[in-house]
Amino acid sequence: MSDENAATNREAVNPRNGDGGADAVVLTGAEIVCECLLHEGVDIVFGYPGGAILPTYDALTKYPQLHHVLTRHEQGASHMADGYARATGKVGVAMATSGPGATNLVTGIATAMMDSSPIVCITGQVPTGAIGSDAFQETDVTGITLPITKHNYLVTSIDELPEVMREAFHIARTGRPGPVLVDIPKDVQIQEAEFVYPTEPIQLAGYSPPKTARARQVAAALELIRDSKRPIILAGHGISMAGANRELAQLAEKAQIPIALTLLGKGAISEHHPLCLGMMGMHGGAEVNHAIQQADLLIALGMRFDDRVTGNLATYARDSRKIHVDIDPSEINKNVTVDVGIVGDLGEVLRQLLDRVERRPNEAWFDRIAEWRADSELREIVRPAEAPQHPAVPEGKLLGAQVIRDLFEFTAGGAITVTDVGQHQMWEAQYYQHERPHSLITSGGLGTMGFGLPAAIGAKMSRPDQEVWAIVGDGGFQMTMMELATAVQERVNVHIAIINNGFLGMVRQWQEFFYEERYNQTPMVNPDFCKLAEAYGIPTVRVTERGQIEEAVNASRAQTAGPTLIDFVVEKEEIVFPMVPAGADLDDMIRRPTPAEFEQQRRGRAVAAKAPEPQTPESTPPESKPSESEEPAAAAALGSRFGV
Amino acid sequence: MAKHILAALVENRPGVLARVANLFRRRSFNIDSLSVGRTQRDEMSRMTIVMESDSAEADRLVKNLYKLVDVVHVDHLHSQPSVVREMALVKVKASSENRREVIQLCDIFRARIIDVSAESLVVEITGEEEKLENFTELVRPFGIVEMVRTGMIALGRGGHTLKDEGFKPNRSRAAARSNVL
Repeated sequence: MSDENAATNREAVNPRNGDGGADAVVLTGAEIVCECLLHEGVDIVFGYPGGAILPTYDALTKYPQLHHVLTRHEQGASHMADGYARATGKVGVAMATSGPGATNLVTGIATAMMDSSPIVCITGQVPTGAIGSDAFQETDVTGITLPITKHNYLVTSIDELPEVMREAFHIARTGRPGPVLVDIPKDVQIQEAEFVYPTEPIQLAGYSPPKTARARQVAAALELIRDSKRPIILAGHGISMAGANRELAQLAEKAQIPIALTLLGKGAISEHHPLCLGMMGMHGGAEVNHAIQQADLLIALGMRFDDRVTGNLATYARDSRKIHVDIDPSEINKNVTVDVGIVGDLGEVLRQLLDRVERRPNEAWFDRIAEWRADSELREIVRPAEAPQHPAVPEGKLLGAQVIRDLFEFTAGGAITVTDVGQHQMWEAQYYQHERPHSLITSGGLGTMGFGLPAAIGAKMSRPDQEVWAIVGDGGFQMTMMELATAVQERVNVHIAIINNGFLGMVRQWQEFFYEERYNQTPMVNPDFCKLAEAYGIPTVRVTERGQIEEAVNASRAQTAGPTLIDFVVEKEEIVFPMVPAGADLDDMIRRPTPAEFEQQRRGRAVAAKAPEPQTPESTPPESKPSESEEPAAAAALGSRFGV
Repeated sequence: MAKHILAALVENRPGVLARVANLFRRRSFNIDSLSVGRTQRDEMSRMTIVMESDSAEADRLVKNLYKLVDVVHVDHLHSQPSVVREMALVKVKASSENRREVIQLCDIFRARIIDVSAESLVVEITGEEEKLENFTELVRPFGIVEMVRTGMIALGRGGHTLKDEGFKPNRSRAAARSNVL
């Protein structure tokens, strides 16, 4: 990520020096924090006040250019900062007090760390003299966040404050972006010092993000590409973060290489592009996973071979050579050993490759992929309402997958969607096709339930010109639904779609497949979400049939101020297909049956029902004890019973 | 599996040791020894890390160390000529009858006796790991009361040094800098 975002510097206004002269002026630490935020181009701070950060909150009153958003929980503040950052690439800022304020930020910080999102968290700390004494609301937040920040600081003197603030933003937004925390004791906020914003370039001896790749490695990569017959590009989050979207498309087009996307890679290239295959991995397209397993060359760009995209590493893309480009050297050879590892900025590296890559025919390869895709299309469940439906679709039931597909249609695929975590998130990934970078915001690495609503608020405040939908499950929504009040207070026009199945659906799906349908602690007794939202003054609609979706979505979109909420009451026991069980081979997927297979199974079940009493289930011991080392065969049989 | 000796130049800032130690724990690196001390420059400390691992694991550690903002430079010292030393202080049981024998062993190993009491001697011995191991094995029959080792430290031979160019101490930060690792 470039430093360009910092170029949006506003003119810092000095409250004690109206003429804004360049001379040093005396400011408090709290005022210096505000000045530094302005210099970094910050316009919004998400936070929650408290004792140890009060001097900074007081200073904020002198800086009306810094709009403070009062969240209802500090976790909301860190997720909002994250959503803000992901929607634009600008650094998001969260602020909290010491102790519980700081610890409440932690989930949001870990979320940002896993997905390389640039945020800066500013926390108050007890006065320097009290540190280590277990003072009221003291916690070692730099210690707590050590493994979940890119870097963090405990500021022990006002003299280092301006430099620390500048470094924090620099580190957060450059290289592989990530969260940086600055912990500022209360006395440092109160102290006064001469303030001159440092202008010399930041030089950190131990920090210099790589740029261009070594020529020898580029040559080695080109050679592998030239020799390949079944190449595939794996595009991750790094593409959009590096702004290398055009280069990706050019490389794919020039060399005729199909592209598979990671979850966070969605938006790296338009999903309508003929070379884009769609999402890979646990709930990726079957044809995409087959293509990866059968490829003879993987070109991994800005992705990190997460276990959710590789499945069993021992059998992962066994016959392929591998090229891995990433800005973080520690990702190379971490999970998957590669033939050519290239460390550099993706834009630069792709340009280096583009110069010399050759056009090559891959027709036979595309034909194979097309065959796999044709099979997938047979099994597809979401079809236009007027088309003949897959026989597995239960009559008169609303499916979560249909809701997402219709939302895609009725928003013309143009919204920024922000999801929570679970089944709805995977349906979003499968059925909402994104064209533009930064248009899907989702917690991929950490899988943070409760992320959706606050991140959507942050995204909308970051991109007020864009239509923003928060697509959440009934479980995750209830983890952070107190932020409805924030959305109302700030009049944030975010459209909330609850995919409400009364279950922790994804966990239920695992219980169905791998724990013999023991639905322990997954059914939920929910409030009436419409009444709840109405208590906040939010307009709401409940949808229970597919035919109601269009009107509800249009009604939501017609509201241009403040939040809206749609409660989509969907089929309770729907399954996300395909599914690679955790630890299974990537092409060992649980599939939805084709219509023909489904009919055959239905006849088989009808015959079985008429047959004499079968032996009692108790008489046959279970073949394996339920565990995460799943039984794909048994699960496939289950999957055919629950045909949706 | 082989012994890997890594040398890291780190900024001399509070919390650096915690960051490095946390990295070992977080990424499950198994460390034989870690020694930290000042260098020729006030702003920097030098860590010597010894690990028993395959080279892929050692590479992984180097890359992860580089991700720490306070780590300026890391080198594999086993891959080039280097001098390696470790010091041990060994308190050996030694009565008037067998004191001579212990002293003789110390002479052979060029170890120094730095404290004498009626029942024991404290021996200071410096050398490569193998020498220290051999010495302690030989004095073990007399009875080792207590022992402490520094962990290895190492320097490249001749012209080989850890790069610290490009490192400019930060004026206002220097004030806050301390030798608190």
